[in-house]
Amino acid sequence: MAIAKRHPADLARQTFDYAPALESTDHVKIEGRYGLFIGGKMVTPHSKKRFPTINPATEQKLAEVVEADEADVDRAVKAADYAFESWSRMAASRRARYLFRISRILQERARELAVVETMDGGKPIKESRDVDIPLAAAHFFYYAGWADKLEWAFPNRKPRPLGVAGQVIPWNFPLLMLAWKIAPALAAGNTVVLKPAETTPLSALLFADICMQAELPPGVVNIVTGGGKTGSLVVTHPDVNKVAFTGSTEVGKLIQRSLAGTGKRLTLELGGKAANIVFDDAPLDQAVEGIVNGIYFNQGHVCCAGSRLLVQESIAEPLLEKLKVRLGTLRLGDPLDKNTDIGAINSKAQLEKIQGLVQSGVEEGAELFQPECKLPERGYWFPPTLFTNVSQSYRIAREEIFGPVLSVLTFRTPAEAVEKANNTPYGLSAGVWTDKGSRILWMAERMRAGVVWANTFNRFDPTSPFGGYKESGFGREGGRHGLLPYVDLV
Amino acid sequence: MAKLANGRVDVRKTYKLFIGGEFVRSESGRAYRFDGSVNVPRGSRKDLRDAVRSARGAVSGWAGRTAMNRGQILYRAAEMLDGRRVQFVELLGSSRAANKEVDDAVEALVWYAGWTDKLAQVIGGTNPVSGPYFNFTIPEPTGVVGIVAPESPALAGLVRRMAPALCGGNAVVVLAPEKDPLPALTLAEVLATSDLPAGVANVLSGFRHELLPWLAAHMDVNAIDVAGCTPDEVAEVEKAAADNVKRVVKHPAGELSPYLITAFMEMKTVWHPVGV
Amino acid sequence: MATALSLSHLGSLMRGVRSVDEVGADERAASLAKRSIKKSSKLWALDLAVRCMDLTTLEGSDTPGKVAALCAKGIRPKPGDSTIPSVAAICIYPARVADAKQNLRGSTVRVASVATAFPSGQSFASIKVAEAKEAVAAGADEVDMVIDRGAFLSGDHEKVYDEIVAVKEACGPANLKVILETGELGTYDSVRRASVLAMAAGADFIKTSTGKMQPAATLPASLVMMEAIRDFVRETGRPVGFKAAGGIRTSKQAIAYLVVLYETLGAEWMTPERFRLGASTLLNDVLMQIEKERTGVYQSGDYFTID
Repeated sequence: MAIAKRHPADLARQTFDYAPALESTDHVKIEGRYGLFIGGKMVTPHSKKRFPTINPATEQKLAEVVEADEADVDRAVKAADYAFESWSRMAASRRARYLFRISRILQERARELAVVETMDGGKPIKESRDVDIPLAAAHFFYYAGWADKLEWAFPNRKPRPLGVAGQVIPWNFPLLMLAWKIAPALAAGNTVVLKPAETTPLSALLFADICMQAELPPGVVNIVTGGGKTGSLVVTHPDVNKVAFTGSTEVGKLIQRSLAGTGKRLTLELGGKAANIVFDDAPLDQAVEGIVNGIYFNQGHVCCAGSRLLVQESIAEPLLEKLKVRLGTLRLGDPLDKNTDIGAINSKAQLEKIQGLVQSGVEEGAELFQPECKLPERGYWFPPTLFTNVSQSYRIAREEIFGPVLSVLTFRTPAEAVEKANNTPYGLSAGVWTDKGSRILWMAERMRAGVVWANTFNRFDPTSPFGGYKESGFGREGGRHGLLPYVDLV
Repeated sequence: MAKLANGRVDVRKTYKLFIGGEFVRSESGRAYRFDGSVNVPRGSRKDLRDAVRSARGAVSGWAGRTAMNRGQILYRAAEMLDGRRVQFVELLGSSRAANKEVDDAVEALVWYAGWTDKLAQVIGGTNPVSGPYFNFTIPEPTGVVGIVAPESPALAGLVRRMAPALCGGNAVVVLAPEKDPLPALTLAEVLATSDLPAGVANVLSGFRHELLPWLAAHMDVNAIDVAGCTPDEVAEVEKAAADNVKRVVKHPAGELSPYLITAFMEMKTVWHPVGV
Repeated sequence: MATALSLSHLGSLMRGVRSVDEVGADERAASLAKRSIKKSSKLWALDLAVRCMDLTTLEGSDTPGKVAALCAKGIRPKPGDSTIPSVAAICIYPARVADAKQNLRGSTVRVASVATAFPSGQSFASIKVAEAKEAVAAGADEVDMVIDRGAFLSGDHEKVYDEIVAVKEACGPANLKVILETGELGTYDSVRRASVLAMAAGADFIKTSTGKMQPAATLPASLVMMEAIRDFVRETGRPVGFKAAGGIRTSKQAIAYLVVLYETLGAEWMTPERFRLGASTLLNDVLMQIEKERTGVYQSGDYFTID
């Protein structure tokens, strides 16, 4: 490819190096150690066990949190149970007011929350600032509005709350997942005991402060920190009537098994291995953006990530070329830098899992592509990765990697695309890229997935129901349907 | 209203019309005293004309906002109104009933704020037609809505009519109560500080018999809420409305209902084939 | 130098142009606009913005005096500060080319003339081509032509194509920038199609707007044009430059365009040979921002010369 010769002086000055653009952290206060949020205040735990939460970009300890034990969990559930009496009997419009307050405070303290979320979890500040926190606030605002309108939600039914909801959330969108759980539960008149993920407890503890600022009646929301054991205590507690879990399919199955015969209501939002399907008439440059957003957004730590690219064979070569060039423009680095596109991997354990699966991809015969990427010295990092020559049977095409790794497969006809896309025990989401409206609808009809994105990807909204088919779980979060898991339709 | 106390001379408010996001005097320069002491603009047909023009200019922007954004703005109006409780309670007579009325007004704003992003889910939906077509119905705002405010309750009565119209994405032109216009004109101050885009809400005080016929016959008004009209007035309005097939809305006063929102909305149905 | 396309080639070329998803393009542009460019990289960008500027005056009331003042500003944007470079070019109406040429003698600043019945393009083809030819004869180093939007929007791609080819020929050694007037084209699909057409016809630069109507340059339309350039270069090996013009008044906007340019076309386009910003009031805003970066203090317009 012939390019006119550049003057040497010009050449030397061409590289546009973005200088560091760090988000300031001086307005954020993280305590050295935290207790548990039970009965409306931070309390001293019964458990003597504590564990650190670290910043995965620097490996520095941020704070110490409690590994809540049986007595702590019991205390939290009892507080929620006690609060349920008055909370469920309160005039619905009064419940709404508290939720509106929480939503507005989330907006007021948005920057503080975004910084904490980024430091604790490793995601780029531009994501926590522009996606996580605004959506969390919007979720509370949306469900606040439902609190006193439940009789319009389901024809011919008067929805009634269930009691205490035990909720366990993951580390990939900590505050947002908290909002997805707590907002509808409270709007329907329930009270909650929520356990944030082991590696990302801080935004939940900050949320506890917000509950206090909103003067939410004590016991309506309780936050207990801990690992898998604590989570198990929460979901199996006899006074918890409803369990909501978002996390891996593996743990989801454990929970479903342990709840068998108890009569507890359950919703699960589990893993995925979504197919992002690109047809030859797709708007290519926007499709590239959608693919990139689908798998590299949040370092691929997304249950609905478009981790399998299914590209129509006739267009595979130009698409892949563009994709590889685009990968080269992704900026990996300090999550607190506003220009960072790819942040840190959430934990050492997750990094090792990704590395293992990528290794398997190479061993099974797929072709690996990674753009040149300088990884920082400390912290957990993985460069954006692309595998071509992937077979449906390879582990990287079947198992959820939960990292910035895309597996590329091809197809020839729409029917074949459908077949390959559905050929998985998962069924959370799918993407379809084509210029043809009728084809979008035809494909959407045939995707065995709870969310279908057409000519876009990873779009979330409090009004839009989200959830999976098959082993990606059951139940929906968001929208009118998101109320169903939290009510008895009488 | 100001009382002399300790020799203090109050700086009395000049009440103005609210048109296109601004507080203006009547172009006619006329005023009237509904209670003998306070001057209130006597809005003219030209003021009404200007208000409708502003409303029309504002509708596409307001309707084009996300539902959540409209909800946030209505909620902010509730924040602003709640912040001015004391002022409004005094305006309404400082009684227990006045307190309840302000509560009701705030409640209406909060209630309808929560409907903006839910109505489509309750009232719209997909229609399972016979054939390979995707078919869905969505509610859309009617456009410019005229509201004839009830004489009483002078604040809550108006808020209960305005909130549903605004919730749906319409722009409104309000005829304030003739005998007790101050709450409506003061409500305009609340709206002006609520991030509501200019022209979305317009409030005119004046004589009913001077303004109503012009509103009812205006060819660029899409619907009119006659909550504040007498039965005779309603008949006149219905006759005039026929000229541009205006929707005449006659919901019972006092209730909070999503059907009040849909009264000011149109249902659009879309078809698209499903095929490879 | 591009070779002319046959008619059937042109037809299939136009039919083969990919569609552009509006929402996707808007989102990509918006996310690039959020890049935070600070300190040394900001100073580098601001310096580049000056070096890439086509300092413009296109008013009916332009006089030799006005042009002289603009040229002086373009050569030395900040009197007394030799660290501030000259702009890339002065952009004026054809009648003012001779004046500009005279005023810019001995400097590195080039003369760019608009032509082809700018801004509307609604005139006879022969006159439009002749205008370009005379502008070059009067001393223009570059010609900024407008495409015939009437012909384009009515589907007469052949007419648009032929005109560009003819003007390119009339330009001789002068560089040709082709203005698409994206604000009139209606969709990003059309913007892409017009970009492909202009490049196939031999454009050295494609340019967003005349600046005489709203909307003028926008980030998403510019992104779409740059993506078209990228694909064209890949297919033909011939580089084409990009110019954004109209409505770019602040440094923040200028930097946003530089970011979109950098992340779409890469380092090789970060030079006045391949990128221009058509603007007038922008220059002083850039000078003020440079001063603010250097001193740490917000500036006032009183301290920067207006021509």
